[in-house]
Amino acid sequence: MTTAVVVIVCCAVGTIALKAAGPVLLGGRALPARVDAVVRLAGPALLAALVATNTFSSSGALTVDARVVGLGVAAVAIRFGAPALLVVVLAAAATALVRLAT
Amino acid sequence: VTEERGYASGARAVVPLAIAVGAFGVSFGVLARAGGFDGAEAVVMSVTTFAGSAQFAAISVLSDRGTAAAAITAALLLNARYVPIGITVAPWLTGGFWSRLGHAHLTVDESWAIAAEGEGRFNPRVLFAAGAVIWLAWVLGTAVGVIFGNLVGDPNQLGFDAAFPALFLTLLVPQLRGVNLRRPFDVRSRPLLAAVGGAAISLALTPFVPAGVPIVAAVAACAVGLLPAEDRR
Repeated sequence: MTTAVVVIVCCAVGTIALKAAGPVLLGGRALPARVDAVVRLAGPALLAALVATNTFSSSGALTVDARVVGLGVAAVAIRFGAPALLVVVLAAAATALVRLAT
Repeated sequence: VTEERGYASGARAVVPLAIAVGAFGVSFGVLARAGGFDGAEAVVMSVTTFAGSAQFAAISVLSDRGTAAAAITAALLLNARYVPIGITVAPWLTGGFWSRLGHAHLTVDESWAIAAEGEGRFNPRVLFAAGAVIWLAWVLGTAVGVIFGNLVGDPNQLGFDAAFPALFLTLLVPQLRGVNLRRPFDVRSRPLLAAVGGAAISLALTPFVPAGVPIVAAVAACAVGLLPAEDRR
């Protein structure tokens, strides 16, 4: 087998196993109350981590670049009740403009 | 009473992100060819692995003459976050084995985030539809990149990389409704503690651990859910 085939098969099987672990083993069952109190906070914790790392990290380093402006514009747009589509477009446009200008 | 969201609503909600995902799919197709994959292999990887950052990581390791083991390790570390993500959606997936496996495969950051309805609830129809649209965009984008080469240029030049944190912020804010800053330890304020803790943990670890690990570690912030409840009103 070529390297490519080995990588493709292992990544596919491994990723599906990671994604399916919860749904297949625990699917459809309510979690015990104490576990639920923890798991329901995974939404905000993971979303905030995704916001933070998608804005401030690049190739394993902390960085501040044009994405910060995009996120700032997004925050203002959310504050004024803009729909998600507009927030996303404004963030991308602001980031592109900063990159164009620098 | 809020109207319950269905498949169509999930598909619609994810369209702006699907455009960005498609553009990154094109880049992946181009880079996969450059990294030694043939066109079919690149498309098969997008169909089966369906995890953007992990696929980019695997390709970049191989392009740097890394081993298959190193490429696989990098990809799976990046995808380790799908274990806690899978646990959050599990109680809402009530179908049989194949249905749950299908929903799991279509779970990516974007579909999971759009399916969240606050207080730990998830909408399986929105998860499925949004995931399917993202999957289609990612696979078609990969095929376009493989066949036509780089039509879109660098998606980052168009600011598409900033679309993702913007979307995640859009979806985080409603989860913080009910937070009372004067009672930070109240049960209703805990999502804010978890969010601040998760962001802080992920950034603090970023320079020191392999990519992907900081996001998994952010889940530790959920431990604030174990604090005793304040009884006073």
